[in-house]
Amino acid sequence: MDEARRPLIEIAGVSKHFGEGEARVDALRDIDLTVRRGEVVALLGPSGSGKTTLLNVIGCIIAPTVGRVTLDGELVYDNRALRGDLRRLRLDKIGFIFQFHNLLPFLNARDNVALVLTLAGRSSAEAQERALELLDYLEVGHRKDAMPAVLSGGEAQRVAIARALANSPRIILADEPTAALDSKRAGIVMDLLRKLAAEHDACIVAVTHDEKIYDRFDRLFHLRDGVLEDQEEEAT
Amino acid sequence: MNLAYRDVRHNLFRFVLTCLGLSLLMAVVLAMIGIYNGLVADALNIVKAPQADLWVVESGTQGPFAEASKIPGSTRDAVARLHGVAEAGSITYQTVEARHAGDTLRLYVIGYEPGRPGGPQAIAEGRGITQTHFELVADRQTGLVVGDRIRLGRNSFAVVGLVEDTMNSGGDPAAFITLPNAQILQSQLAPPAQRIQTARGAGLLESADTVAAVIARLEPAADPLGVATTVRQWKHLGALTQAEQEAILIGSVVDRAKRQIGLFLGILLTVSAVVIALIIYTMTMEKLKQIATLKLIGAPDRTIVSLIVQQSLALGMVGWSFGLILILLVKDYFPRRVVLEPVNAAALGGIIIVVCIVASGLGVRAALKVDPATAIGG
Repeated sequence: MDEARRPLIEIAGVSKHFGEGEARVDALRDIDLTVRRGEVVALLGPSGSGKTTLLNVIGCIIAPTVGRVTLDGELVYDNRALRGDLRRLRLDKIGFIFQFHNLLPFLNARDNVALVLTLAGRSSAEAQERALELLDYLEVGHRKDAMPAVLSGGEAQRVAIARALANSPRIILADEPTAALDSKRAGIVMDLLRKLAAEHDACIVAVTHDEKIYDRFDRLFHLRDGVLEDQEEEAT
Repeated sequence: MNLAYRDVRHNLFRFVLTCLGLSLLMAVVLAMIGIYNGLVADALNIVKAPQADLWVVESGTQGPFAEASKIPGSTRDAVARLHGVAEAGSITYQTVEARHAGDTLRLYVIGYEPGRPGGPQAIAEGRGITQTHFELVADRQTGLVVGDRIRLGRNSFAVVGLVEDTMNSGGDPAAFITLPNAQILQSQLAPPAQRIQTARGAGLLESADTVAAVIARLEPAADPLGVATTVRQWKHLGALTQAEQEAILIGSVVDRAKRQIGLFLGILLTVSAVVIALIIYTMTMEKLKQIATLKLIGAPDRTIVSLIVQQSLALGMVGWSFGLILILLVKDYFPRRVVLEPVNAAALGGIIIVVCIVASGLGVRAALKVDPATAIGG
């Protein structure tokens, strides 16, 4: 297989249901999905269609009821969890970007990024140095000592992106990454994410309702009632 | 990177306010411990002050503190002649209310024989009693100063000396006078009452030479129990060793107060535990989204547990420290003596550590149940 097109996310026959009997809700039904290195894809669909559930399955936050999930070449689920320490897997392989950035309010920008690195076992000095590099790379290095409460929406989202990139994850999951931004800043953030995916050999899966940024994705996946209905290629 | 410290620093004002609230609670707990200690110490002070080995009292009583005791004044000579007794002295105790500087002063009047056991041990200011009549040595808590005069019964007494920390189990400060003066004070009636008693002939029959107890100091080689047994052979007398007297005092006189304060202390500690648990639980609930984010980005459970437990311990320890400082600053303003030993403060510190760890269990339980998915989806 061409290494440059190697799949980072492979989902095959994944279903997920909550509850049993009359209370049973089928959140995902027989989903097949492959996302390759460098790709930026979007999960679209109305509320309750299963977007967030699929994101949670990819993020190893919830286990699928049935199906296979392979992340960065490692088979994680095959009708059951194959790895005990999913926390460590998330720390090493997955970066998360949230709708409202979810920075810890009691840490400044630099420490928010450095925290992920110290959790991964890096020394404090090393973590601080790497955090500053990332903040500089995302052009918010001058705000390294600022607390999240005083950062603008765009700045906070860049710090959150720096945190997601801290451990050089191969998979970045983004939940409405531009929902809290105006259209100009949303475009800037999406361009940045595309650039990061290309430069870090990573893939990005984003849940979004923001039609203005659809053209920034390589592919759009539509979910309805837990079923992946179709996919369309976008010219970017 | 210590997350607990960073969070506290970020919300410093609120943390300090919470600690101050908790410290007031701790101060009350420490005050109750101090009052309890003071109660016991005051009660024992009165018993320990004469440095007696043996208390000779009225037969069948546990006097003179737990029960009234009245024995003839001549008992002292009989006791002093017993084998093994080094010296003996008669003593009386009575509570008297007197007027001084426009206020009512409640005094625990101790009548003793100067030069014999039973008098004040250490004079803090002034001198001891040297005259047979109308001199008085008072505890500093009375507010009297050397040179003051105070009327007890029908006689006026000059304050010639002051002692410290000498009061009965009720908190009434002591006043020492000579035994003859104390006996007059006990038996002397107001003139109209005296006239009626004299008319009835009662005053002529009753001897004023009675004392509450005779206290004896023994020779170093003497056995207190042996001497007590000898005394008990006189059917009208009872004898208690110093240890028995202290046990009676603690067991009967201050027992109810001790249990009352002990129960209140237990309630206060329970309230403190509930308050700490609620504070920690509320602090944790406010951080659920942050905890979910921490879990999602890969923080292990121990990071989250230590965040909660460390904050809980910090809260408890700062509250305890502030409380201790506060009570040390104000304890001398309490109407009753507050005696705080280092071991009491350390014990409370230990209890607070345990309470904090247990109380943080609620917060930890809530935090560990948080689904990392909560961080996603706003």
